[in-house]
Amino acid sequence: MELEIRGLTRRFGSFTANDGIDLTIRPGEIHCLLGENGAGKSTLMNMLYGLLDPSEGEILVDGEPVAFASPADAIAAGIGMVHQHFMLVPPFTVAENVMLGRERTRGLGVLDRKAASRLVRELSERYRLAVDPEALVEDLPVGVQQRVEIIKALANEAKVLILDEPTAVLTPQEIDELMGIMRELRAQGTSIIFITHKLREVRAVGDRISVIRRGKVVGTAEPTASEAELAEMMVGRSVQLVVDKAAAAVGEPVLEARNVTVIDPRGHQVVKDVSFVARAGEVLGIAGVQGNGQTELIKSLLGLVRPDAGEIWLDGRDISRHGPRQSLEDGIGYVPEDRSHDGYVGSFSVRENLVLDLFRSERFASGPALRLGAIEANARQRIEEFDIRTETMETPVSALSGGNQQKVVVAREFSRPLKVLIASQPTRGVDVGSIEFIHKRIVEERDKGTAVIIVSTELDEVFALSDRIAVMYDGRIVGTATPDIPREEIGLMMAGATDTDQAGATGATGAGTHGTGGGAA
Amino acid sequence: MSDPQKGPAAPPVVDPERVDPHEAAAAPRRRFDASAFVPTVVDSVLAVVLALVVGAVLIVFSTERVLGSLPYFFSYPWDFFRFAGEAVGDGYAALVNGSLGGADALTRTLNRAAPLICAGLGVSLAFRAGLFNIGAQGQMLVAGLAAGYVGFTWDLPTGLHALVALLAALVAGALWGGVIGLLKARTGAHEVITTIMLNNVARFVVLYFLGLEAFQRPNSDNKLSPPVDDSATFPAIGNLHLGIVLAVLAALVVWWLLERSTLGFEMRAVGANPDAARTAGMSVPRVYVTAMTLAGVLAGLAVTMTVLGQQNSVTDQVAGTVGFDAITVALLGRATPVGTVLAGLLFGALSAGGLSMQGAAGIAPELSQVLQALIVLFVAAPALVRGIFRIKGRGQGSSVEAKGWGG
Repeated sequence: MELEIRGLTRRFGSFTANDGIDLTIRPGEIHCLLGENGAGKSTLMNMLYGLLDPSEGEILVDGEPVAFASPADAIAAGIGMVHQHFMLVPPFTVAENVMLGRERTRGLGVLDRKAASRLVRELSERYRLAVDPEALVEDLPVGVQQRVEIIKALANEAKVLILDEPTAVLTPQEIDELMGIMRELRAQGTSIIFITHKLREVRAVGDRISVIRRGKVVGTAEPTASEAELAEMMVGRSVQLVVDKAAAAVGEPVLEARNVTVIDPRGHQVVKDVSFVARAGEVLGIAGVQGNGQTELIKSLLGLVRPDAGEIWLDGRDISRHGPRQSLEDGIGYVPEDRSHDGYVGSFSVRENLVLDLFRSERFASGPALRLGAIEANARQRIEEFDIRTETMETPVSALSGGNQQKVVVAREFSRPLKVLIASQPTRGVDVGSIEFIHKRIVEERDKGTAVIIVSTELDEVFALSDRIAVMYDGRIVGTATPDIPREEIGLMMAGATDTDQAGATGATGAGTHGTGGGAA
Repeated sequence: MSDPQKGPAAPPVVDPERVDPHEAAAAPRRRFDASAFVPTVVDSVLAVVLALVVGAVLIVFSTERVLGSLPYFFSYPWDFFRFAGEAVGDGYAALVNGSLGGADALTRTLNRAAPLICAGLGVSLAFRAGLFNIGAQGQMLVAGLAAGYVGFTWDLPTGLHALVALLAALVAGALWGGVIGLLKARTGAHEVITTIMLNNVARFVVLYFLGLEAFQRPNSDNKLSPPVDDSATFPAIGNLHLGIVLAVLAALVVWWLLERSTLGFEMRAVGANPDAARTAGMSVPRVYVTAMTLAGVLAGLAVTMTVLGQQNSVTDQVAGTVGFDAITVALLGRATPVGTVLAGLLFGALSAGGLSMQGAAGIAPELSQVLQALIVLFVAAPALVRGIFRIKGRGQGSSVEAKGWGG
């Protein structure tokens, strides 16, 4: 089936998210849609999948114009979508999930589970998607859950499969497997729209590449194009992919984790006996695939979660029992992993969010009253300094773009004297221009003598910023290294290979009990 | 959600010692988002307009003269429209007259609005901290008992007596409300459940006390307290008592608290995004306790209007339906102090004008209650109202809503 998009436009109020997009998806090709976050990829896909009405333009299936009033129409037309966030029911089995919404019954409303299992088995054999139909989805690793999503789409006889940022949650090895699956699907005639902003992947698997910038298709490229060329198309100017920084002037240990263990409310050990030292004037990067304990680890550093065992020391004091307020006042800066979740209050104005954890200080409050003047002056200064693009300082932060929202959080955390800066995914969903800016500020903070801890799932970011890299897998620090280690080895560590003695990394393996010194720096 | 059928896997035992109370209170699995119920200004105004329109239809079809003109509608359609127009005109004129026409009407409106405003402020304040306070009724009952007891038992000079009785009400309300906050903060118990339960508890507490000799009116078999001493009643001009002044003052204080104080900043942040608030070093449990305590204080203030202002004795009906109407008032007022005052005045006027509708226009007095109920309905269903007026929804949800309502 051939899918064609002609002049597709979508406006939200005065904002044009998609502007006259033309695309043709040929049968049996992997068509990559490359673009920064906020470029309009998701809007385009939501129109293709019947979730949004186009303002203008048309969608043609095999030359016939179609209108999708709902995803049901899109599915009937042979379009399948694997969302970034899986739409699965965790306590159901794979087969049950696949038949969900199109249940087959054997009379009297009895579900025909066998038929569903058979269907799953057939599809998994045909497309080489190894999945056990009887397994509960909640017991499956993320990569396999994604396969279930793909099978779900195939069960609906999808001819065009949309994969929305499918690699964001996968380990490098799982990414390789996914690419194998994509090639297999292509070989059997299914077209794939592969949405991503990772250049490496596009070049590895794509047949054709369309680059979207600010809601427009700015060009198509062959997979043979270099990463620099693709990046330039994506951003619209040449991009500095490396961060300019001098060698670190490493000072005294500032923050120290000693055998920290965290148990989550369900009783799982999510951080296991982690020890490390963050030193003044140095960037410690913590790499790892999402969900390997990084989130809980840094929450315990701020005091949002109490460690169940082990201690956290700041400047020679045990702060393991401190709550977030005390830790913030002690000079820990904290950029949370998910800004909309715990970084800012969406309905609050930019002005208010810029003092969200500072409003108690004497500068911004006298007694029980807020000093509105000082808060406004602060907002004006930060907006200017961090180039936060907002209509006014009274605009709610939820109305800003992701990059500017992140700048609000970063600006706030950088606006007081820090001993330690803990930043998780500091540039997630941020446009390339802002990434450069935020990276520069982080390096400046390091050069001021702050101990910096960066947690990132983006290897590029970890390599660009860190003076020392620790890799987390399954709640442990499985190894430490310097940024001159080959990427593949870090990738292996991220996937749980524990043999970390290669490349001369001196970090403690496994439990990391002696990892206090744990660095090669 | 534990799953017993999973067999040998170790049950997720959580050592109660290590459960952080902050965690328990601040991170329920699925947060009930109180702010999702706050309508926009447009929604509020449209809800009132729509209620008046539906009310007009009800007036038309409950007036005999109009119904009488229906059999010959096709011969003399004009009669129907004329009678209908007159009925609606008379009805609403009576409503306006009964609530705004003259000093007596205005007094009635203001006296009825005052407790609604205070209790509504309590609901609004809790709302802004992310709490759905259904418990104004219970807080009022307990506070009314306390104010009444001081009012009819103690012997104090005029003025001081009223002040002490007032304080007693505020303290009782604070305690009854604070308990809710404490339960939420310590155990994560949902405030909607606990407030509703405590409303019932409050009613039976009041009934129990009214059965005691110290609270029983002499020579009465009813559960009725003695009247409050004159020295403890609010000063009044004519029938207009101090209540409305207190209500406006309370609104000013609440406004200052929410918009100008660090505490209000914290409450609003916790209400809008408790996770971000916690990450920014705020204590979510402390905010919950404070907000519910203050909500109780405001409910306590509301009940003094009846106990020390108008009715002057305590029964289990002392709160009327004010505690529940307060929820509507707060929602209609978009949980802002100014909005709550305006909505409280509107509801005061509706209730004051309802009576004179019957007297002047022969319309059942229940119609005013129907109007209030319709406003509740339309405030609670903004999508419906927006659909009727063909207004596109907020933000990106628009297409879905528009599809749903044929817009």
